[in-house]
Amino acid sequence: MFKIEKRPIPSAKWNWGAPIVAVLLTMVFGGALFAVLGVNPFLALEKIFYEPLLGEYAFYYRPQLLVKAAPLILIAIGLSLGFRAGIWNIGAEGQYIIGALCGAGLALALYPMELFILLPLMVIAGAIGGALWGLIPAFLKVRFGTNEILVSLMLVYVAEQLLASMALGLMKNPEGMGFPGSRNLQQYPSAHNAEIISGTGMHWGVVAALIAVIFAYIVLSRHMFGFSLRMSGMAPRAAKFAGVNPTRMVLICMGISGALAGMAGLFEIAGPAGQVSIDFNVGYGFTAIIVAFLGRLNPVGILLAGILMALTYIGGEITQSQMGLPLAAIQVFQGMLLFFLLAMDLLTNYRFRPTAKEAA
Amino acid sequence: MDLSSINPVLLLASLMVAATPLLFAALGELIVERAGVLNLGVEGMMITGAVSGFIIAVESGSPALGFICAAIAGALLSLLFALLTQVFLANQVASGLALTLFGLGLSALLGQGYVGIKPPSTPKLDLGMLADIPFIGRVLFTHDLMVYLALALAIAIWFFLHRTRAGLILRGVGENHDAAHALGYKVVMIRFAAIAFGGACAGVGGAYLSLVRVPQWTEGMTAGIGWIALALVVFASWKPGRVILGAYLFGGVNVLQLNLQAAGAAIPVEYLAMSPYLVTILVLVIMSAERSRAPASLGRPFHASH
Amino acid sequence: MKLIKHLATATLALGVATGAMAAGHGEKTKVGFVYVGPVGDGGWTYEHNQGRLAVEEHFGDQVETVFVESVPEGPDSERVMTQMALEGADLIFTTSFGYMDPTINVASKFPDVKFEHATGYKTADNVSVYSARFYEGRAVQGLIAGSMTKSNIIGYIGSYPIPEVIRGINSAYIQAKKVNPDVEFKIVWAYTWFDPAKEADAAKVLIEQGADVILQHTDSTAPQAAAQEAGNVYTFGQASDMIEYAPMPRVSSIIDNWSPYYIARTQAVIDGTWETANTWDGIGAGMVGIGEITDAVPADVKEAALALKDAIASGDVHPFTGPLNKQDGSAWLAEGETADDGTLAGLNFYVEGITGEIPQ
Repeated sequence: MFKIEKRPIPSAKWNWGAPIVAVLLTMVFGGALFAVLGVNPFLALEKIFYEPLLGEYAFYYRPQLLVKAAPLILIAIGLSLGFRAGIWNIGAEGQYIIGALCGAGLALALYPMELFILLPLMVIAGAIGGALWGLIPAFLKVRFGTNEILVSLMLVYVAEQLLASMALGLMKNPEGMGFPGSRNLQQYPSAHNAEIISGTGMHWGVVAALIAVIFAYIVLSRHMFGFSLRMSGMAPRAAKFAGVNPTRMVLICMGISGALAGMAGLFEIAGPAGQVSIDFNVGYGFTAIIVAFLGRLNPVGILLAGILMALTYIGGEITQSQMGLPLAAIQVFQGMLLFFLLAMDLLTNYRFRPTAKEAA
Repeated sequence: MDLSSINPVLLLASLMVAATPLLFAALGELIVERAGVLNLGVEGMMITGAVSGFIIAVESGSPALGFICAAIAGALLSLLFALLTQVFLANQVASGLALTLFGLGLSALLGQGYVGIKPPSTPKLDLGMLADIPFIGRVLFTHDLMVYLALALAIAIWFFLHRTRAGLILRGVGENHDAAHALGYKVVMIRFAAIAFGGACAGVGGAYLSLVRVPQWTEGMTAGIGWIALALVVFASWKPGRVILGAYLFGGVNVLQLNLQAAGAAIPVEYLAMSPYLVTILVLVIMSAERSRAPASLGRPFHASH
Repeated sequence: MKLIKHLATATLALGVATGAMAAGHGEKTKVGFVYVGPVGDGGWTYEHNQGRLAVEEHFGDQVETVFVESVPEGPDSERVMTQMALEGADLIFTTSFGYMDPTINVASKFPDVKFEHATGYKTADNVSVYSARFYEGRAVQGLIAGSMTKSNIIGYIGSYPIPEVIRGINSAYIQAKKVNPDVEFKIVWAYTWFDPAKEADAAKVLIEQGADVILQHTDSTAPQAAAQEAGNVYTFGQASDMIEYAPMPRVSSIIDNWSPYYIARTQAVIDGTWETANTWDGIGAGMVGIGEITDAVPADVKEAALALKDAIASGDVHPFTGPLNKQDGSAWLAEGETADDGTLAGLNFYVEGITGEIPQ
């Protein structure tokens, strides 16, 4: 028999090895699934993992990977701070929506005034909106002791309804022939979060995501705050004795993750998406939670995990249009990838020891 | 506006039907959470139950067999979650979300050949005289068996939690898994059982949608009901009796707003639609003042260190 | 380790796109379809996919079709269209209103690829728009509904309060009122195009409030099933025939028949005669089909309905013909006057007699 034993520190070897094993396992099982569906598994896997990166049209897909990955990374970085401290914000989707609505609302209110600082103002509005939405569960937690997982989740649905109401009412494009949806911010130069260099996919949201990764890396490895975060997560009582104020920690973590999610929403609505519409949110806030865990709450890991996730989306679309693989098969494939990655975590944090008859 | 066109008898009767899938899913999740596990994959398990129940009912012609298979399918899927979180010690939030993603994909894949088919109809129970009682008869005694099963399940769960030793142990595991372990209880096994039970209930709730309430199979047909079930457990402060109340309120908001619309009342639909969630948050706040609260070990991983 | 290296290099090595061009293609004409829902929705997307299959059948080896389903409106749709264009599609149908701006964006990058956007209003040199005059079918439904109702209450399940849906309500009401002056419409907005559980609830509510005919402008068959359970209630298939509910409760249907249009436009691309067009076809051109009227409808009503259908098809009757007043009693169309397409396209008011307000 084997006994599972917690490692004193996570294994550095498995920290990198586990995701690779997981991806390989997914390829084997996913390939088997594709084969069952009557699709050549090798070709399908090539389309998912190779084509967007190095295939014939990679010059288009690589920038698209950035566009798709940027909001995931930006949100996940914010979430990872809280997750390290044991503060579970799973309502990033709502903060993303509110950030987008605040920023876009500002632009739509000023339309058609051209103002060179409009986009920066919108970013600030988006960040504030997201942060405030994130601070609601934080405040309720510190004041009343409510569970932030549940409150932040509930607020996602409130935000979704607000979005629908805005798209159909207040923010509806007056020249839109009565259809739902706001003016397109892509056609409002001051408000447009355009590509910085055309054709690269590099919009300000991508820049912000990269800055967030670097910033988080420095804070976590070099700064006292990073240390306090980890301590509150692993040993809350010890953290308290060391002078970490748990109330402040909750407010800071929820505020930062809300602000980053709000910014991500604003960059998306002012750039790639362009307009407030009923279905503006496509689940980035939830996917980012998965990205945060896949990246092991480590900034560089999150960067890679975000890109891996984006790869499965874009590669999945290619297999759909070129090989007729149904979307459902791609979803199952993504689900498998997550399962294996989560399961392989065990190897990083725990080790197996042979034991005598006694089982754990 | 003509409110007199709303018939309270029919409104209440349709409430009972609308609440049933929610009730099943939420009762299952209640047991899971009482055991200290947060499974956010309810939506995924529901839709898997919906499709498997539908397929089996169509192929066999028996809705009863469909419901049974839906329970098995939901439980099987939830065991994936149990394996990840209890054996591989993966994070529960991430595993639950992954389960939902996986379930949505899997169900769409399984159901591809079953779009646009009518399932065999689930008969109403013939309660004879009872159904003829004015008002109450139509509201309470004109439904199919599953409606009553859901209510019976709520009572059974209440009895289990508060009147049996096994229920006490389950709650103990949810409150303090280390202490339960020290007392010699098999925390992991108990949680496996709770998760599987939750999966089975979610599966049945899903099948009620595809076999009775809608009744047909379409991709993504649960449309967020699994998430409402999660909210409902919190709203009910982990108490089975309040789950019933909550299911009627949550299911009722939608039926009521449609009724008001049909009666000609101009109501802001979006604001009404967000009200259950706001109410849930309010309940959470109020609950913090009284003694009832979330199971203390909810969402925390358990690893026996010795 | 290799994969992570791949990912890392991909992040750094930004491919610089230079005015992406469609790759040269062989003999086959390639036609792409972008769907907003799953092909298994049994309604809107299902019918577009039927159109795609008709194209494949009609042209055989001459044409290759590709599709991607459940594509969110916004940046994801833009990427899917670009991907299709890159891979040599000659003609791309984008089948949801929300794809309007993305279609225009992508079309400007691929001047040699033809685009066809359903239900929108923005055209370009290589972008056509097409839609169907569903309201013509609604008129026929209205006539049958007005004749069949015994309670004089007709229930109507609307999706969103947009011109498309409002046109349908008005058109059905005008005809129903003609054959039955006592008729009353009860309108419920579901705020979804497709949510079987919600649609079932909406239908049940309407039936409970006395409606014995249900018209729906949402896409699932759930209302049909609810009507069947209730007994003496009549319904009409929406988007697809929903023939499995005939002869009762489904007594007829409006069928979106995109096949003739898709075949004609594909032919035009093959022949090199494709031109920008703004197509709004109805029963006459075969874009709107009226499903078989079952024997549950009395012979004289069936005859009147078919006569109306023929008169609309030939252009003798326009469903919006004066005298007609707006809901507030002000004059809209004088005796014999017909509504122009501009007004109809943006229709945002009820005609006189309909109670209730259009939600804003």
